[in-house]
Amino acid sequence: MRIEIRHVSMTYQSPDGELEALRDVSFEVADGSFVSIVGPSGCGKSTLLSLIAGLERPTEGAILLDGEAVTAPTEKVGFMPQRDQLFEWRTIWRNVMLGPEIRGEDTKARQAAVRALLEQYALAGFAGKQPAQLSGGMRQRCALIRTLAVEPSVLLLDEPFSALDYQTRLAVSADISRIIRQTNKTAVLVTHDISEAISMSDRIVVLTHRPGRLRSVHDLDAFADVPVLERRAMPAFQAMFNTIWEELDVNVS
Amino acid sequence: MSHELPSAARQTYLRAQKRRKTTIRILRIALLAALLALWELAGRLGWIDVFIVSCPSRVVKTLGTLWQSGELWRHLGTSCLETVVGFLLGTLLGALIAIGLWWSPFAARVLEPYLVVLNALPKTALGPIFIVWIGAGTESIIAMTLAISIFVTILNMYVGFCSTDREKIRLMQTLGATRRQILHLLVLPANYTTLFNTLRVNVGLSWVGVIMGEFLVSRAGLGYLIVYGSQVFNMDLVMASVLLLAAAAMAMYQLMLWLERGLKKRMGVT
Repeated sequence: MRIEIRHVSMTYQSPDGELEALRDVSFEVADGSFVSIVGPSGCGKSTLLSLIAGLERPTEGAILLDGEAVTAPTEKVGFMPQRDQLFEWRTIWRNVMLGPEIRGEDTKARQAAVRALLEQYALAGFAGKQPAQLSGGMRQRCALIRTLAVEPSVLLLDEPFSALDYQTRLAVSADISRIIRQTNKTAVLVTHDISEAISMSDRIVVLTHRPGRLRSVHDLDAFADVPVLERRAMPAFQAMFNTIWEELDVNVS
Repeated sequence: MSHELPSAARQTYLRAQKRRKTTIRILRIALLAALLALWELAGRLGWIDVFIVSCPSRVVKTLGTLWQSGELWRHLGTSCLETVVGFLLGTLLGALIAIGLWWSPFAARVLEPYLVVLNALPKTALGPIFIVWIGAGTESIIAMTLAISIFVTILNMYVGFCSTDREKIRLMQTLGATRRQILHLLVLPANYTTLFNTLRVNVGLSWVGVIMGEFLVSRAGLGYLIVYGSQVFNMDLVMASVLLLAAAAMAMYQLMLWLERGLKKRMGVT
């Protein structure tokens, strides 16, 4: 599914005043591709995801999914939130079946499909366990399966690995990137981690400091078909990292 | 979980833990026995005036008389019934109103000052009003109990509902959940702990309401016995009633804990 972001601006109103989160942002996400959005904190990255998910409407501009404007949450879009957000009071099985339950699609066929996903990602033995009994990486995979369980064509990932320690983070990002590519989903990842963005994506969109404007777009053709962990060893990786680092213009003062 | 025998160090640790637990239990009972013995001794030796402070043997005798005349169950039963009814009503209505407030943030904003004032108001002050409006009977006592527990319940539950993780709500919305589904599948289960804490507080508050109510107006109940005993200067009766009250309150609290454990297990809350 192709995503078009067309001249999107977003301003929040509150009693304390106006907050301009995004200003005239435009870019495209090709069908089946993986795009990362990076930018300094508070640049409106998460807002952009909320807009694509249909949770909010842009003040100006439009977001199109295969040419159709997004106005409300649709079943074509799956969302993976910050941290895993598994419900502690539900078993893993009931967690990954949350989407089908909400949509009234808890059918035999769907159960079989989700069971197959659990098996494929080595979680079948944990279906009856509580989330607290799983490691951080396993919980993250459960969160992905919960998103995949409603069979979306687009995946939105909102800094999903930010709560993991560095090693788990590398392993899980490799894992999840592989799963997403295997299933041929279109994915948009929001992150402040430049290395993560380079190692997982086909294209990187850099936003400026608030209000978020489009700083640059990088196509990572040089890294095409190279797995996540191997990308980090390539000389082009460091070059790309430095380019984006300079664009972000991080001032530590 | 392994099924091997635990290591020697582990066994030593477990034994020490067990010994500690037993010691604590014994000391608790011993402390109570010592206090009772001291009280009794002080009465017998004339250190204290048993007419004013009573003593364990006289309390036991009074309890015996109450038991034989059947009065004991009547008073105990009346108070317990009032407490349970008041507790259930206060908790149920409070929780329902809290859900209503969560459902409509606008209504919550409008009603906020009223809730704050009603919560801060000493509910005892409402006693005479209830008596005039509802009549001098059990109904007034239950109204009193309700008044004491309902506002705390509303505020605690409402605050709990509102502190539900926003990211989880966002997740539910992207999955296409309706407000009812968000309430049912997320907000309520996420607040089991708040609910149980509120229940536990409410057991105590309901007893306060019942005894206050019985002080003001009643023909039966432990509160009535305490007031009656003090008026005829029968301190044995007062002490016996307080003792019964402590036992009943404790039993109800334990029942609550037991219920909580059972429910938590069924709901899969840890």
